[in-house]
Amino acid sequence: MAKKRTIRTIPQERTRPREQDARERAKNFAEVTCVFSIEDALRESERCLFCPDPACVEGCPVSIDIPGFIRKIGERDFRGAYDVITDANLLASVCGRVCPQESQCEGPCPVGESLEPVAIGRLERFVGDMAIEERWTNLPYIEPSGLRVGIVGSGPAGMACAADMAKAGCEVTVFEAFHVPGGVLRYGIPDFRLPNRVIDAEIDKLRKLGVRFECNTLVGRLFTIEGMIDAMGFDAVFIGTGAGYPKFMGIPGDSLNNVLSANELLTRCNMMRARDPGHDTPLPLGRRVAVIGAGNTAMDATRVCKRFGSERVYCIYRRTKAESPARVEEVHHAEEEGIEFHWLTNPIEILDDGKGNVRGMRCIRMELGEPDESGRRGPVPIPGSEFEFEADTVVIAIGTHANPIIGQTSRLKLNRRGYIEVDGNLATSLAGVFAGGDIVTGAATVIEAMGAGRKAARSMKAWLGIRDTDAVYRPERAAGEETLFGIDLAEKSFVRVHLG
Amino acid sequence: MLGTGKDKDAGYGIVAREDFSDVTFLLEIRHPLMAKAAQPGQFVIVMSHAEGERIPLTIADFDRDKGTITLVIQAVGKTTREMQQSCRVGTSLFALAGPMGVPSHTGGAKKVACVGGGLGVAPVFPQARGYKEAGAYVIGIIGFRTRELVFWEDRFRSCCDELIVCTDDGSVGVKGPVTEGIKRALAAHPDIDELVAIGPPLMMKACAEATRPHKIRTVVSLNPVMVDGTGMCGGCRVRVGGQIKFACVDGPDFDGHQVDFEDLTTRLRRFAAEEKSALDRWSESCRMMPPPEEAGGG
Repeated sequence: MAKKRTIRTIPQERTRPREQDARERAKNFAEVTCVFSIEDALRESERCLFCPDPACVEGCPVSIDIPGFIRKIGERDFRGAYDVITDANLLASVCGRVCPQESQCEGPCPVGESLEPVAIGRLERFVGDMAIEERWTNLPYIEPSGLRVGIVGSGPAGMACAADMAKAGCEVTVFEAFHVPGGVLRYGIPDFRLPNRVIDAEIDKLRKLGVRFECNTLVGRLFTIEGMIDAMGFDAVFIGTGAGYPKFMGIPGDSLNNVLSANELLTRCNMMRARDPGHDTPLPLGRRVAVIGAGNTAMDATRVCKRFGSERVYCIYRRTKAESPARVEEVHHAEEEGIEFHWLTNPIEILDDGKGNVRGMRCIRMELGEPDESGRRGPVPIPGSEFEFEADTVVIAIGTHANPIIGQTSRLKLNRRGYIEVDGNLATSLAGVFAGGDIVTGAATVIEAMGAGRKAARSMKAWLGIRDTDAVYRPERAAGEETLFGIDLAEKSFVRVHLG
Repeated sequence: MLGTGKDKDAGYGIVAREDFSDVTFLLEIRHPLMAKAAQPGQFVIVMSHAEGERIPLTIADFDRDKGTITLVIQAVGKTTREMQQSCRVGTSLFALAGPMGVPSHTGGAKKVACVGGGLGVAPVFPQARGYKEAGAYVIGIIGFRTRELVFWEDRFRSCCDELIVCTDDGSVGVKGPVTEGIKRALAAHPDIDELVAIGPPLMMKACAEATRPHKIRTVVSLNPVMVDGTGMCGGCRVRVGGQIKFACVDGPDFDGHQVDFEDLTTRLRRFAAEEKSALDRWSESCRMMPPPEEAGGG
């Protein structure tokens, strides 16, 4: 063993991955950041201090043994690193790309106190992508339990729950209303952040675990949640349908043509492949596009429009850059690609060209007022500061309401805002039915949804009386304790296979 | 037992087809679970092939015993004309999702007029049947351009207490638009307490205006452009009573007296340019191809 690392002995500079030039990438849908090379990964792995009580693991919603997989990278045991990650997370390639690491694992990294934190997300993606490239997968030893689990929604929450329940020996069926599985990963996140082949690979892994996907299936309308338990014979159900119902501004001109939700824009381009040859779904975009909102979805929308050739793309937000809910990296990438930001600006009317199309917007300048009860300084309009703004397309990315379908079609208890009510174990008001992700919390991140899916799986196992292998094999990272209840902790809970 | 009960890779099989005219055709598609779940007023999203659009089509009939649903399609754009060529008995649709939308409320009314114009004739049929089953006196009013285009007169007769057929040229039945039929029905039955109208926006608007002075509850079924059909994209938003509603999950049925039809017609023109160029390109490519195989009757 090499001598103990300290903050002074590790590489001081965080390893930068290669990035596509901003001017070049604004014209294509290839990924912005290239994956780490082996040399990059080895060098970055040297920056981890292997804290005995790792804050990064605390910060990870699915508790990946982060120092564990980084140590394996350092030993050039990339397959071993993959084993460590898949023990907690089946979707390394997805999470390495789309997790907000700065507020999760990398945020509390002690290296970050004096230097930049370890690039955990990039290392995770490196391992995940290598697994796809090398066609590695880890199949757990599955002892069939004879129990059947139905999962509603094939997005990140549903996928995470499906993986855990399949590993626990359940026969898992995932229902998806669209014609392809993946949920928000498929329709929402553009190729330059998450290529479709990565989603395909991750879904393929779930199929290898025995998970069945049934697309074109709108649960609630084709059959009900209650029917899944009563008539269809599912022993437990997980609902992870996402938030879904996009908000509009409620200002004059909201329903003009060329005003569309970010969801619609992104679905047309990501899932329906609007601009790919041979595909029928249209996506008309003007020369000047204004995107309202400054979350991650808004950033995706601006950058998609830029890539489709809109000359000017504006991002309009009523607060300042500091309050913007998007990831720092996303705002930074958008700025580099020439997106024009108008902070402290709020549209009050969308203007008609006389034919039902957009010709511009009337906006008002804002300033930050006193902090409200949440501690955020609320935006206040500056009287008399209205001005007109030329635009021919307006994309609304100001969040979503709860999708009403499950509420319309089941007796599930909802909260005031229409989201599903759950207890601390993510159990709903119906016995055997669990829920998690955006349909419980409102819009959040991919990894939080996955965390909820896994948490619901733990509760489901308890409900179904399945011994939880997670709890047995990795109760905690107790070093030195080799067995628990007579079970060898060093023994893996999966078998390595090579996808031929 | 499981899920949709169909083989994942086989698609959704077309078991019957009938051509009503050179633009209107019927497809009967096997989907036992949907046939069981479908209610009057609901719709489906169809993709005819993997690169196709997702288009909403109102369910025109469902047969719970046979396990089929029926769609009546007008070949007006690229996708529907392509379907007219490619959808034969024995072939299958790439995707078929539904039933979507809030089912129509067919209980409670004593005397109902069910009005269908053009494309709206087929989807108003399950509503007429639903009202009949709920014990109402049902007056069917169906409108076509001319005698040759009339279809499903027998089906309507089987569930309507009275049927008024209207044609624009008077070649059969009442001469004039369906509002002419509504006028006659109202004259004979001043106690009509509900009217359902399905068809082009202008027709539904005219029907709503015809009943407004009589304060008759009037339901219209809206069919704007959609992508997912599950409330996720907001493309199908309509203005009803000054509020934004999504036709896919809040409708498709709305109070005809509250719907902003001007807004609806404007929004239906949203992709006019793209639709035209797609159709032109497609027609051009068809001219280059050998003629399609003989149409399979149904």
